[in-house]
Amino acid sequence: MDLRFLDAVPDSLEREAVDAVLGPAESGWDGGERRAGDLRYARGGHAARARRDLLLPALHAVNDRTGWISPAALDYICRRLTVPPAEAYGVATFYAMFSLQARPARVVHVCTDIACAAKGADRIRAELAERLGPPGDASGEQAGAIWHESPCLGLCERAPAALALEAGSPPRFAVAAPARAEDIAALMTPPPVDTTPSNGHRPATTFAPSPLSGGTVEPAPSAAVPQAGVPGLVLLRRIGVVDPESLDDYRAHGGYAALRQALRLGPAGVIREVVESGLVGRGGAAFPTGRKWEATARQPASPHYLVCNADESEPGTFKDRVLMEGDPFSVIEAMTIAAYATGAEKGYLYIRGEYPRALSRLENAIARARGRNLLGRDILGSGFDFDVEIRRGAGAYICGEETAVFNSIEGRRGEPRSKPPFPVERGLFGRPTTINNVETLVNVLPIMLMGGPAYARIGTGGSTGPKLFCVSGTVSRPGVYELPFGATLRDLLELSGGVAEGREIRAVLLGGAAGAFVRGDELDIPLTFEGARAAGATLGSGVVLVLDDTVDLASILVRIAAFFRDESCGQCAPCRVGTVRQEEALRRLAGGSASRRTELRVLRDVGAAMRDASICGLGQTAWNAVESAIDRLGVFAAPTTDTTEEAR
Amino acid sequence: MNTPVPLAPPRRLVDVTVDGQEVRVPEGATIMQACAQTGVSCPTLCYGDTLTPKNACRICVVEVEGARTLAPACSRPVEPGMAVRTDSDRVRHARRTVLELLGSSVDLSTTPQAQEWMEHYDARPERFGPRAAPAPMGERDARRAGEHEPPTGAVAETVEQPAKIDNDLYVRDYGKCILCYKCVDACGEQWQNTFAIGVAGRGFDARVSTEHDVALPDSACVYCGNCIEVCPTGALSFKSEFDMRAEGTWDESRQRQTTTVCTYCGVGCNVTLHVQDNEIVKVTSPHDNPVTHGNLCIKGRFGFQHVQQRRHD
Ligand SMILES: Cc1cc2nc3c(=O)[nH]c(=O)nc-3n(C[C@H](O)[C@H](O)[C@H](O)COP(=O)(O)O)c2cc1C
Ligand code: SF4
Ligand code: SF4
Ligand code: SF4
Ligand code: FES
Repeated sequence: MDLRFLDAVPDSLEREAVDAVLGPAESGWDGGERRAGDLRYARGGHAARARRDLLLPALHAVNDRTGWISPAALDYICRRLTVPPAEAYGVATFYAMFSLQARPARVVHVCTDIACAAKGADRIRAELAERLGPPGDASGEQAGAIWHESPCLGLCERAPAALALEAGSPPRFAVAAPARAEDIAALMTPPPVDTTPSNGHRPATTFAPSPLSGGTVEPAPSAAVPQAGVPGLVLLRRIGVVDPESLDDYRAHGGYAALRQALRLGPAGVIREVVESGLVGRGGAAFPTGRKWEATARQPASPHYLVCNADESEPGTFKDRVLMEGDPFSVIEAMTIAAYATGAEKGYLYIRGEYPRALSRLENAIARARGRNLLGRDILGSGFDFDVEIRRGAGAYICGEETAVFNSIEGRRGEPRSKPPFPVERGLFGRPTTINNVETLVNVLPIMLMGGPAYARIGTGGSTGPKLFCVSGTVSRPGVYELPFGATLRDLLELSGGVAEGREIRAVLLGGAAGAFVRGDELDIPLTFEGARAAGATLGSGVVLVLDDTVDLASILVRIAAFFRDESCGQCAPCRVGTVRQEEALRRLAGGSASRRTELRVLRDVGAAMRDASICGLGQTAWNAVESAIDRLGVFAAPTTDTTEEAR
Repeated sequence: MNTPVPLAPPRRLVDVTVDGQEVRVPEGATIMQACAQTGVSCPTLCYGDTLTPKNACRICVVEVEGARTLAPACSRPVEPGMAVRTDSDRVRHARRTVLELLGSSVDLSTTPQAQEWMEHYDARPERFGPRAAPAPMGERDARRAGEHEPPTGAVAETVEQPAKIDNDLYVRDYGKCILCYKCVDACGEQWQNTFAIGVAGRGFDARVSTEHDVALPDSACVYCGNCIEVCPTGALSFKSEFDMRAEGTWDESRQRQTTTVCTYCGVGCNVTLHVQDNEIVKVTSPHDNPVTHGNLCIKGRFGFQHVQQRRHD
């Protein structure tokens, strides 16, 4: 490729940050010093382009070091990886956490999404705007830090939440949750200017272990699990019980027994157990896991890949975070079993960029597992080789869509691909790929230990096993709950303490922004895939977001619409423009000035087209929650008697 | 002994029905090809006869019996026994709405057939309210992914902005861009391998851009104009066409097209000269040329001034 670069020179911090990921430049061809010998050969071809998948890590490295990606830094990355600058620019501008404009080292992400909105995020936002200036404003007093409004940070049990990230060597983070405006203001205190080179030293984890100045120490992950320590838990049994940093402790609590069992069963045996367990995906689409594994294992093309989808960005979802923070080794063990069964030697764990603590715990777990031959060559003397690489997202909900994950890992824009072909046939790097959600994978451990048929006896006929539910909103004990499939919504809400004295449940959002609302008088819905479906709802990723009668539903709907407008990848017309028109119509309706009849018609027409004609699940579900709020909750229903006539 | 060696295995034929009509097409053919065989046409915008389908515009969607969502006819391969409907209520609704969404957010005034389709599907883009004022130059390019100014709903947001005129050869008027990805694919790995432009940003703020939105002369652009060749909306146009449209002198009914051979080099590409009032006003290239598929280089595309040097004394 004959590429044209900007000829902007990166500074030493930028160069060092990139080189720490890519190694030193080899010659003048890839951005190093130009020597006479360089003129005697041309670097190019596949060899020069083969490391395209390091684009995202390289962008992160610079953003982590200096807080933004300067033209010179982007140029240097492009030279190093032989990526056209226009393409790299397209990739960098796809992600919300990257900035292509100079900005302060510290960025505070203030969640204004549904769960936080139900807990007063609007007030905090208004107060912050007054104290600190508008979001994204780096001109005022607080020039050492800026704040942005953020989609769901996955800290819903402690809503309202804020996450501060500070560039440096190493980068640091702090969480404020539940946050008051003054906690967030404290996080905005400018850090001391840091220009110290790191001498090429790479610590074991990306982020520094101690929180940045102004932040406080986060509670342990078990604080998100009100049932922690209760006997009989399957998926959450180790949370709050084991030391998440210690492999010995993990093993002392039954860790790696499942892998040993898997190695005894052999790949076909593992798949048989998973098929018999009836396990279906917990990422939202509820696809049978055994069938997916079988289909990948059968593919003649090689190599096979495994991807663990830890992007968890569905508003209201935080179960994967709790698993990764509280029991990280279980994720790695489960990935190893999945890879063994499907014939993959390489696994990628794609984790959203807003989960720095989970990232650190996983980095530690992988390093320790490697140290004990639980990853790497000839695992436990079985002859099976497998290793895991972590890839960090950078603020894009769409990158959780299974094919968008692949594009993101490959260093392309996180746009979903059209299916067919399906991932089992052509997935990551065009190879047969198994992609599973974190919770799905973790379920494989009990399946190995108790056997598929025993597992299948948990839950109902159509939905087997235990399930994690992310309870948030206006309940007294929000958190991750584990229940066997088949419990009702009422059971779950009773466990979580219900809404405050004297308040009534106005609505429960099941399945997240892509899910649907049900009413407070529909609590007998069984929490199973088939039960939710029969009730015209969905379990999705296990979101149970409770809104009592103090919450303004119209503004919640506007927030959902704004979320989809922000998170659409922009690839296909129905979703790209439809999400904008949906938000506009909802603003008109919420403002009360518009003709309800006209606006509801607009919403229904646009919604139907998005559902029918969009490429991926984002556009196809972008109208679900709004539709259910209109039809089931009667939001925007006529105040008079003509409801049936007018609301249609 | 001398049995002929087949060069490619014969393609199996697949039976499908289009609007109730049975048709037999080779395996791997697209639904659109099956439609064409029965004389049914589908509107298309992002489909390009020389490019791999991106299926981004979704205007060609059809209903496949038993499928949960509609399928893009331009790219979905047929399957044995597939039953396709191209004029069901769902299809008409999706096409109408896509036209309304695009029409309300993009200037489609130079998109061939847009008006005709709008009428056919009874699309009313004005139903979303008055159009927002065009963004000032550079504003859309500076937007950050994942955030936007909250709308009031009083106006319908558009992608309109001033045209980018930064060189003498062609103009990028992204207020007319439907984001079909064709120019990016033509400039990049499908044809030109220059990669001067890419898609930047996300969602409604996604746009075609050079790195950091630098002007074309500062980018990798080699002015082959192969992006103009594939652009379905007139967002990319010859400077000559852009200027004449601005003056109101552009008149296709008065233009003659002559296909000839470029004389600059031995490749010998076909060029089609569009002539109005004895002036070459733009140059295209036949897409069915088996060698060049409509692609040219800067010389064949823009190097025609010497032909019309006239003495002005
Ligand atoms: C817009 C969108 C976002 C998604 N985000 C996630 C996610 O964050 N995590 C996840 O596990 N699955 C997500 N999914 C579902 C994945 O596409 C895929 O179905 C899942 O990872 C498969 O794993 P499973 O079978 O174990 O559920 C998303 C889907 C869509 C359409
Ligand atoms: S539906 Fe939305 S998110 Fe999905 S591909 Fe289309 S534009 Fe992108
Ligand atoms: S400029 Fe033209 S070819 Fe390029 S994306 Fe826009 S409409 Fe398509
Ligand atoms: S268009 Fe370019 S490549 Fe083609 S014949 Fe002319 S000079 Fe040669
Ligand atoms: S022409 Fe088929 S999706 Fe655009």
